[in-house]
Amino acid sequence: MVLTKERIIQRLQDKFNELAPGFEEPHGMLSVTVPAEANLKVMQFLYDEEELRFRFLTDLTAVHYPERAGEELCVVYHLHNLVDNVRLRLKVYVPVEKPDVFTATRIFAGANWMERETYDFFGINFIGHPDLRRILNVDEMDYFPMRKEYTLEDPQRTDKDDEMFGR
Amino acid sequence: MPRPVQYNTNDKVKLVDMPEGHMGEGFMATSFDKVVGLARKNSLWPLPFATSCCGIEFMATMGANYDLARFGSERMGFTPRQCDMLLVAGTIAKKMAPILRQVYIQMAEPRWVVAIGACASSGGIFDSYSVLQGIDQVIPVDVYVPGCPPRPEGILDGILKLQELVGNESLRRRSSDHYKQLLAGYGIQ
Repeated sequence: MVLTKERIIQRLQDKFNELAPGFEEPHGMLSVTVPAEANLKVMQFLYDEEELRFRFLTDLTAVHYPERAGEELCVVYHLHNLVDNVRLRLKVYVPVEKPDVFTATRIFAGANWMERETYDFFGINFIGHPDLRRILNVDEMDYFPMRKEYTLEDPQRTDKDDEMFGR
Repeated sequence: MPRPVQYNTNDKVKLVDMPEGHMGEGFMATSFDKVVGLARKNSLWPLPFATSCCGIEFMATMGANYDLARFGSERMGFTPRQCDMLLVAGTIAKKMAPILRQVYIQMAEPRWVVAIGACASSGGIFDSYSVLQGIDQVIPVDVYVPGCPPRPEGILDGILKLQELVGNESLRRRSSDHYKQLLAGYGIQ
């Protein structure tokens, strides 16, 4: 039997109805939004179910939405069912003041470095991560550069003034 | 029968000019500065620190067409301890900066640095949180070569400019207070 999107939505609604999962399909790929504290429960369910078998974590990253009060940071998991070749996006939203998300390293060992990267750039605090340090940026960096309140340019640079660059 | 190809006969080899001085039968008197400068400038050993596309242009500079060896930089030493001239070719990320600094510290005095290309000189197009905005933030630079990337002619020109600096450098410069202050400004002993 082919694993359809409708079937995935059906299974998730049956199991997690009290969490009120949100579903959308941007660009034809199913996105599931769940509360941040339930991310591991849902991921474990998607992993363990014989029918669903989402056992590969393709990508893990975050998005910053400064205009969404109370849910500024979104952590996105891209899951892949390699048997049926079905992909699924799992999203959780957390406030920027308290960006705590449970680590996925217990389910996917590959989440280790991806969570370090997400911490490095967005400052998501992955609770239970074995080694949550910066991975790409310099250790001395004191901010999270992909958050939108920081400029893309190097803030320490003084020789580029607006007059010279027509800005 | 004349040979069709003329190899290095004496009229084709360009020798450097003799330094000024007093000459007589069996002796020559000149200043030590000039002799040492002459020797140093025509035997600069390059240390390529190539991280991106400028490094490819530097490879062309070392190749047979442009041939940096003509100017006495025949041998590249891939250890900083043997080299005089650090050629930084390419983008230096902030995470790479301490490594570059370490390489510079490992070089013995006298040492010179050429920043090849826009990225090494100023960060170039990568005006970003992760890229060092010019290597002169971590080590002193003698010659900047502009270009993105510079052509091999540009790199050759930069090295010839450096040769001018090396040839005219006072022997006391490296022990002067001014130089020590410069290095102290970078936190290098």
